[in-house]
Amino acid sequence: MKSVRLWGTRGSIPVALTAAGVRAKIEAVMRGARGQTLDTDAKLVAYLDALEFHQTGTFGGHSSCVQIDTGGNEYVLCDLGSGVRPFAQSMMARHGPGKPQTYHVFMSHLHWDHIMGLPFFTPAYIPGNQLVIHGCHARLEEAFIRQQAEPSFPVDFSVIANQVRFVTLEPGRSYEVAGLTVTPRKQLHAGDSYGYRFEAAGKSVVYSTDSEHKLDDPEETSGFVEFFRAADVVIFDAMYSLADAVSVKADWGHSSNVVGVELCQLAAVKHLCMFHHEPAYDDTAIARVLADTRRFEEITRTGAPMLISSAYDGMEIGL
Amino acid sequence: MEFSDKRLLDVVIAAPVGRIDHASAEVFKQKLEPLLAHCNEGGDRVVLDFSGVEYISSVGLRVLMLAAKRVKVQQGMIVIAGMQPVVKEIFDISRFNYVFAAFPALRDAVADLSTQAVALLDTP
Repeated sequence: MKSVRLWGTRGSIPVALTAAGVRAKIEAVMRGARGQTLDTDAKLVAYLDALEFHQTGTFGGHSSCVQIDTGGNEYVLCDLGSGVRPFAQSMMARHGPGKPQTYHVFMSHLHWDHIMGLPFFTPAYIPGNQLVIHGCHARLEEAFIRQQAEPSFPVDFSVIANQVRFVTLEPGRSYEVAGLTVTPRKQLHAGDSYGYRFEAAGKSVVYSTDSEHKLDDPEETSGFVEFFRAADVVIFDAMYSLADAVSVKADWGHSSNVVGVELCQLAAVKHLCMFHHEPAYDDTAIARVLADTRRFEEITRTGAPMLISSAYDGMEIGL
Repeated sequence: MEFSDKRLLDVVIAAPVGRIDHASAEVFKQKLEPLLAHCNEGGDRVVLDFSGVEYISSVGLRVLMLAAKRVKVQQGMIVIAGMQPVVKEIFDISRFNYVFAAFPALRDAVADLSTQAVALLDTP
């Protein structure tokens, strides 16, 4: 495994930075520049580089889609949220229509925000390409067929059916796919969800989204600690604050930054990447959660420091 | 974790000491249980004296959330007092600062709940 690239990181529904949001960022950046001499491009770039990520950038708004770059010829993705559309664009730019490719997808579950990108995945419409959709849900194929049926979408699933194959997996079993050892694990979410642990050549990445942790079950906790054990990266559903996750949003099927840190500390994870951001959060709110989470990791640390990040669309994590 | 409680008229002070984590959260929950039973409208008011709490994990915070929800249904009053700086930070980061009224010191909390109880507390 070479890297992880996050194409869609938002939870529940795609969102976009608004005109008002862009304007507010520009105003804040210009206000901060007052009194500074920015008469050369080098000074301007240095000024911008010194600002925090959320001041000049955005965490983005595409729903879940994560690429595991195996370093091999076949592509591996987690989920087919709207983030798969920019991935598709990059594939078309790289390979064009004339060079058939194989894409493996591991589905956490079949809710809309995790399947909505497939109708916009251009490679699926090109004969010769292969899209292998792996998942643990019995109704895996049905969910995708239904999504493209009238009156929900103008192009029926049958148009891409020759390029698409479905593979049902069993949680707890390990599979060899595209040079990776892949192990699914059942998670708590409406209709069930599944996390995936990917391993190759001493590296490991865990994709664990749409997963609620109830906290009062030691077996559940120890099971996830083992699932995350010593992973280089854990991509973790940190959608809510802990207070919300155990009160008004209990049983909504999501977790918090605090629980993410605790589980990853117990598992001696190297890098916790917070994922599936609350769609109501703007960039400032996500940046505040990130700063809080880094502080929480610091004050609760008992071993080696753990890297904490907030996923953003286009982010790449080297392994 | 150690736990003690004492009564000042209709104010009950619950004082856990140590760490409230996976190992001790269930004991903490059991110790709180009888105190919460009488925390209702016209009944006892509960102060959680956290001056001796060194750390609280998500499991311990969940116990507090269950307590807060129960007391709310019962129309009682439960507040927290004397949090050490680290515990206060954990409260803020987990957004539990929106769940509990928090007071810097035990006396502040008791004074807020009952003038008679705080007078008793101030009695040498």
